[in-house]
Amino acid sequence: MFTATLSWNDMLFLIEGAGTTLVITLLSLAGGTLLGLVFGLVRAGAPWWLNAPLGAVLDAFRSVPLLIQLILANAFKPIIGLPWSNFTVACVVLAVYGAAYCTEIVRAGVLAVPVTTRRAARSLGLTWRQDLTSIVFPMALRVALPSWIGLALGLMKDSALVLWLGIIELLRSAQIIITRTQEPLLILSIAGAIYFALSFPIARIGARLERSWNDRD
Amino acid sequence: MIEIDDVRKCYGPLEVLRGVTMTVEKGEVVSVIGGSGSGKSTLLMCVNGLEPIQGGRIAVDGIDVHARGTNVDRLRQRIGIVFQQWNAFPHLTVLENVMLAPRKVLRLPRREAEARAVAQLRHVGLGDKLNVYPSRLSGGQQQRMAIARALAMQPAYMLFDEVTSALDPLLVGEVLDTLRMLSSEGMTMIVVTHEIAFAREVSDRVAFFHAGQIHEIGPPEQVIGNPTRPETVAFLESVL
Repeated sequence: MFTATLSWNDMLFLIEGAGTTLVITLLSLAGGTLLGLVFGLVRAGAPWWLNAPLGAVLDAFRSVPLLIQLILANAFKPIIGLPWSNFTVACVVLAVYGAAYCTEIVRAGVLAVPVTTRRAARSLGLTWRQDLTSIVFPMALRVALPSWIGLALGLMKDSALVLWLGIIELLRSAQIIITRTQEPLLILSIAGAIYFALSFPIARIGARLERSWNDRD
Repeated sequence: MIEIDDVRKCYGPLEVLRGVTMTVEKGEVVSVIGGSGSGKSTLLMCVNGLEPIQGGRIAVDGIDVHARGTNVDRLRQRIGIVFQQWNAFPHLTVLENVMLAPRKVLRLPRREAEARAVAQLRHVGLGDKLNVYPSRLSGGQQQRMAIARALAMQPAYMLFDEVTSALDPLLVGEVLDTLRMLSSEGMTMIVVTHEIAFAREVSDRVAFFHAGQIHEIGPPEQVIGNPTRPETVAFLESVL
């Protein structure tokens, strides 16, 4: 363990870090997307007195650098007595940050569905909810997917910032190995390659879905 | 029976319907003609509760459309409407477009909904387009699909809102033929249209709309053939 060369154990350590990155990304993406769906529907259709304050709060989350949000949230955690681990704080902050972006993605998608199409659906007797699930969501998804893929990839890369809360994800594990081996170029290249390997499938799935939808138009 | 009684409708300060009264009996075809912006299309949207009204009353089979306790979703199952823009659901095939409401709203089993949809699509001449996406259809075909989609709910009434206005002149005929077929089958219909000759041919009664009011209503020979009001005469002169 105390050699200056890169060992097999170091690779395992990096892969473990990549696992943490993946888990944080998936959890915050899931939370952010769920919240974003709800908020996006509100932003697309609610009256101004609900819409305006929500928009302002979400703007704040989009405007303040994520690093500041992470550190502030972690500092406030003991003050308000939340028994959360640093990992939980990281996921929640990233989820809210993702939700702020996802809200606008959902809103744009929902507003891209023509009112006349929704009216046609309602005129057939579909309820508000059925219109949403059978017409609005499938149509909005086609508009929103490219931006949502972008959000997913962005969240994965932004998740590197949680190392400031002492969480050993991919970038932090790379740093730790660099400290010992003094081989930053090699190890950052490996870490970068792992980030790429995690992102690539998501981007490919998105591109494939888009292509299959375009075949219908 | 559709009873429209002194209906008033405003968009802000703009009064679109200014006391409209008419009834449509079962099996009757009533055409509504008049200039653009005279309130014809708005009236149709009020009849199935897509638009609220500010005064008067609309009752369909005795049920007040705009009353607080009325389940409009259920009421709309009995009132089919087809719009100027056919509003196909682009992410569904032609068959799925037509099956959607029977499946979701009437909760029919897949096989039954499919049989019903196929029958309606054959009826409007789209039996060979079942598994095609709407974007592959012409405007006239999409409009006929929209008609089949409304008919698949087996409505008691059909409302047509300028269904040929957005169509290429060459495609108007096939849609009008579909409407003719429906009227010959005894469907109760309100047809908002600019096709005066067609209105004259298929309607039991014609209503002339002007500035949010019905100025003249009666058999086509009377309203189109021998109009009495100066507004009707002026309108017919401008379109014929």
